[in-house]
Amino acid sequence: MIQIKELHKSYRMGSNHLHVLKGINLDIKEGEFVSIMGSSGSGKSTLLNIIGMLDEAEKGSYILDDVPIKNLSEKKAAIYRNKFLGFIFQSFNLINYKNAAENVALPLYYQGVPRKIRKEKSLYYLEKVGLADWAHHLPSELSGGQKQRVAIARALASEPKVLLADEPTGALDTKTSYEVMDFLQGINDEGKTILVVTHEPDIADMTKRIVMLKDGVIEEDKVVEQVRASQYV
Amino acid sequence: MKFIFTRDTWQEIFGTIRKNKLRTAITVIGVFWGILLFIGLQGAAKGVENGFDMAFKDMATNSIFLWGQQTGIPYAGYNRNRSVRIELSDTYRIANQVEGVQFVAPRNAKGIFDGAPPLVVNKLKSGNYKVFGDYPVIDKVSKKKIRKGRFLNQKDIDEKRKICVIGERIQKELFEKDEDPIGQYIKISNIYFQVVGVYKKNNTDFFEGDNSVFIPFTTFKRVFNTGNRIGWMVIAGYPDEDIVAIEEKTKTLLKRRYDVHPDDERAFGAANLGEMFGKITGFVKGLKFTALIVGIATILAGVIAIGNILLITVKERTKEIGIRRALGAKPGEIRGQIILESVFLTLVAGIFGITIGGLLLSTLNGWTQSLEDFPFVNPTVSLEYIGMALGLMVVLGTLIGLIPAQRAVNVRPIEALREE
Repeated sequence: MIQIKELHKSYRMGSNHLHVLKGINLDIKEGEFVSIMGSSGSGKSTLLNIIGMLDEAEKGSYILDDVPIKNLSEKKAAIYRNKFLGFIFQSFNLINYKNAAENVALPLYYQGVPRKIRKEKSLYYLEKVGLADWAHHLPSELSGGQKQRVAIARALASEPKVLLADEPTGALDTKTSYEVMDFLQGINDEGKTILVVTHEPDIADMTKRIVMLKDGVIEEDKVVEQVRASQYV
Repeated sequence: MKFIFTRDTWQEIFGTIRKNKLRTAITVIGVFWGILLFIGLQGAAKGVENGFDMAFKDMATNSIFLWGQQTGIPYAGYNRNRSVRIELSDTYRIANQVEGVQFVAPRNAKGIFDGAPPLVVNKLKSGNYKVFGDYPVIDKVSKKKIRKGRFLNQKDIDEKRKICVIGERIQKELFEKDEDPIGQYIKISNIYFQVVGVYKKNNTDFFEGDNSVFIPFTTFKRVFNTGNRIGWMVIAGYPDEDIVAIEEKTKTLLKRRYDVHPDDERAFGAANLGEMFGKITGFVKGLKFTALIVGIATILAGVIAIGNILLITVKERTKEIGIRRALGAKPGEIRGQIILESVFLTLVAGIFGITIGGLLLSTLNGWTQSLEDFPFVNPTVSLEYIGMALGLMVVLGTLIGLIPAQRAVNVRPIEALREE
């Protein structure tokens, strides 16, 4: 699903040259549940941004679902993001003046899906994350865990190939974190490829494969025994 | 362009507008004020123009009053300070020989320039009033509003009838309230005249007011023994003729006839009504132009205010825009939305302003209708001007929207999302 070869990325900060990613090789197959770990500054967010087409690599190749991602125009990148990827953010990033259903429907809106189908789909995915009754509530009326579940529903709504989650539990307490992970595990069980960036080992243990980043290189890449979140919920 | 007409686009726009009611209201006020001022000023200028048009409607505006004075330069054996009195025959000469003259009306009067106003008596009541000896053509110079009876006619002139047309005030002062003056006889300078008409005050009377008496020119000549001399004449040019040139030509002709030095500026006095009227027209034009410039400038300022606030909005919404872009919004969609927002706000403000402006003008019209002396009639703004203003607003709204729109597109999703 994702093939990354010799990926480099550096930032120029004034006169300093900050080499963030120093040759990353990563191959993720369909249906995998991968967590990227590392301390801050290890380049894990940069890697996720590149995978998410929010940022562009300097060197190396990145192939997503057999499509080489290189030199994309803003428009093309937008279309690919919409088609291939679902984003889950640490701070949820819901649009605060839209209710839950409208937030979930937003990627579908940009896909040009007719409003009726959008409505059906958004309700379907809200139901999937157990928030059907909250469809017409604004984000400010939801708890943190509920917000993240709306965000997950939104990420799923466009039926992406890959879910990208940047510290999805970073703003949640342990119990809610496990609830969210339980959802992600459920989605992964259905066959969805998921990539999680986290620095919490217990969260990483709930995935199936852990990629350790350190100073811009992969230090360790291991398949782990998945800890089911449901036992804590 | 398709996206302009889809319900979703508008739902997005209404969503953002509804979210920021206060901000939207403040934004809209700028353009609203601009268009209100534009409409108000244009309407007011038009009202003044209409007012002047109305005031001068019944007048030969392209005309000159001309009379004889005293010479200023000795010439042809005459001393200076010789009195020049123009004669009745001059009117025919001028009418026939000066190009562009429509008609010439000779006039005589008692009680304006020379002599006391004659005593006019009806039974026991009397008063001193100005008396004019006129040809019927004077009606073309300044239309008399006849309230009862008729004005002078050619037959009165031909038969030197002793009839008169009196002003409304004279009627009030000399007759009883329920008395019909028509057909009655009044004494003017001890001679009986039959009243044939009563006129109402005209809003542009120069001499007559509503307390004057008009009698046929020929009768005046006989009664007051004026011979061929005339007090002054009104020379009316055709509407498109250059009235200043006519004045020059007429003076040249008269100077030759009365042996006046060609450079003598004192011998003949003239009041050029056409010139005065031209100045008023010019003033109204200037007023309209100023109103146009001020109006457009105010609209511009209002639209710039919208652009300004949208810029702030984009800044505020950086994160939201970042989210939208991460979810797959194309740059064009973001840009289109911001521009549409700008145009929509501008138009709503504009339509609101036009409506209120229209109401304002109609109120103003109501107030000024009762003021007769105030030259302000039917203040309106033509549809072309309104169309132009709306068009201008759409164009400006789009142009000014481009700046925040570009700013929004330049937002890179990662940077927007990193902001926490």
